[in-house]
Amino acid sequence: MSSVVGEITPQPAATEIATGARGYWSTVARRLSRDPVSVICAVILAAILASAIFAPWLGLADPYQGSMIRRLRVVGTPHYPLGTDELGRDMLARLIYGGRLSLLTGILPVCLAFITGTSLGIVAGYAGGKINTAVMRTIDVFYAFPSVLLAIAISGALGAGIVNSIVSLTIVFIPQITRVAESVTIAVRNRDFIDAARASGAGPLTIMRVHVLGNVLGPIFVYATGLVSVSMILASGLSFLGLGTRPPEPEWGLMLNTLRTAIYANPVVAALPGAMIFAVSICFNLLSDGLRSAMNIRD
Amino acid sequence: MLVYIIRRVAYVVPIVICVALVCFLLVHLAPGDPLVAVLPADASQELAAQLRAAYGFDRPLPVQFGLWIWKVAHGDLGTSIATGRPVLSEVTRAVGNTVMLACAAATIGFSLGLFLGLVAGYFRDTWIDKVAAAIASTGLSVPYYWLGIVLVIIFSAQLNWLPAVGAGPGGSNAWSWDWAHLRYLVLPAITAAAVPMGIVTRTVRALTADILSQDFVEALRAKGLRERQVFRHVVRNAAPTALAVMGLQLGYMLGGSILTETVFSWPGTGLLLNSAIFQRDLPLLQGTILVLALFFVFLNLLVDVVQAAIDPRIARS
Repeated sequence: MSSVVGEITPQPAATEIATGARGYWSTVARRLSRDPVSVICAVILAAILASAIFAPWLGLADPYQGSMIRRLRVVGTPHYPLGTDELGRDMLARLIYGGRLSLLTGILPVCLAFITGTSLGIVAGYAGGKINTAVMRTIDVFYAFPSVLLAIAISGALGAGIVNSIVSLTIVFIPQITRVAESVTIAVRNRDFIDAARASGAGPLTIMRVHVLGNVLGPIFVYATGLVSVSMILASGLSFLGLGTRPPEPEWGLMLNTLRTAIYANPVVAALPGAMIFAVSICFNLLSDGLRSAMNIRD
Repeated sequence: MLVYIIRRVAYVVPIVICVALVCFLLVHLAPGDPLVAVLPADASQELAAQLRAAYGFDRPLPVQFGLWIWKVAHGDLGTSIATGRPVLSEVTRAVGNTVMLACAAATIGFSLGLFLGLVAGYFRDTWIDKVAAAIASTGLSVPYYWLGIVLVIIFSAQLNWLPAVGAGPGGSNAWSWDWAHLRYLVLPAITAAAVPMGIVTRTVRALTADILSQDFVEALRAKGLRERQVFRHVVRNAAPTALAVMGLQLGYMLGGSILTETVFSWPGTGLLLNSAIFQRDLPLLQGTILVLALFFVFLNLLVDVVQAAIDPRIARS
């Protein structure tokens, strides 16, 4: 299909789009790198992500190894820089290892919803008519539930577990991304270059994949980065309620829950896992704001 | 206007039916036998079949849905498997507490958000704007259940000023409007107010900045209006959108209170959902979700109608 289109579409136009797109993204990257807040947030996120990925090679204590005689040590104890939890496990190791599941359950749903929602939204927006009505009215039903309630309802019905929590959050975010994708697709659908592509013989699939997608991906992507912040809070919230990760796996929301018993004995350690969620969430939020202004998107 | 209201109300009917369908499917597509919670582990086959027939679980799904919706329309949400009481009475008992918490949180969140948003919009790109933006971003990004725990650590565990859990002294459910009861409301309300505060600040800031940069404001000032009168125009122009956003946020607070209520053991619908989930009490789960979702749908309807009433352009478009 694409090779046929390649023959029909004038070659210069294709390369022009390609270089034009690259130029746009490098402009955005340059603008973003001049915004100190965005740079700081990106560095913090990269550090948290890298330490979570490379946790086994960082020479940390065993995050599962507890001890009854060294429970709830305070922050700054020798050998336990961030103290120990209610079962005597090293908090530093658990916070770093905890990033693995917390980031996975927070970011993956947005990625999955980004792929599904973008496809649905572009098809609905470009096709219009009955297809649009069918997709968008179905989406409306999910908008009849507050997102926290929908996440809890699906998770609660499916039962506890990491996969179920990822599934429920993906379902929560698909309608939101679809709505954004549909509205930006409608905005570009009637532009001249789409007519030009159609006139030169491109089929609807090619137009959607090449010409629409390239022009709508930016705004949808920015919206999705903002959703990661919400997703982190909700994913850890599900674990906090006992609907996500199960003990003894380290995960920030679950750690926050099990450490609630320690708020009198060792308040600082009890608050640490939540501070990690907060840090990741606010960094994604500010980075999304920076990206939005770097790309000149107004909402 | 009347045509708009009728059209908007008519649009709610299919939504309500679909919401009921989602609530119904939620429970019936869930893995596991819904009877697990009531059946003793050594129950005989006959007893299981008997109970299944009593709850209606033995019929085909479409029939179950039809029967269920017929009963729901008559105010019968079924019986809680865990307590044996009607689901409706369990929900109505909890709803009052959730509404009270949401209203208290809305008062705090909206007034702060309106104030910060207006000030930030008026002093755009100054340090005041930046401080307001930072407060808004914090409110939006803070895991509010963690904020609740931190508040408990500071004001209950360390300072001992306010109670950490519950909705009244001695675990009593009787509410009265005195400080002995109100102090139980303070920390949960602040916790639930964080997100709406952030959203309202951002919305009102964008609205105010946008309105102030329009030509008609220039014209008003050129006409010699005092700043207070100009401000009235700003408020009037920002009101429809701001009200819509606040209405939506109130709905989110009513429906999404489970995390706040769990942290503070606040006896509302969120805590009810929590216990329904962990006791696998599916009728209670289904009924609570249905009531909260319907609440949300009608709140949205109300917001749209109010919005159209104060801004005639909406009804005409």
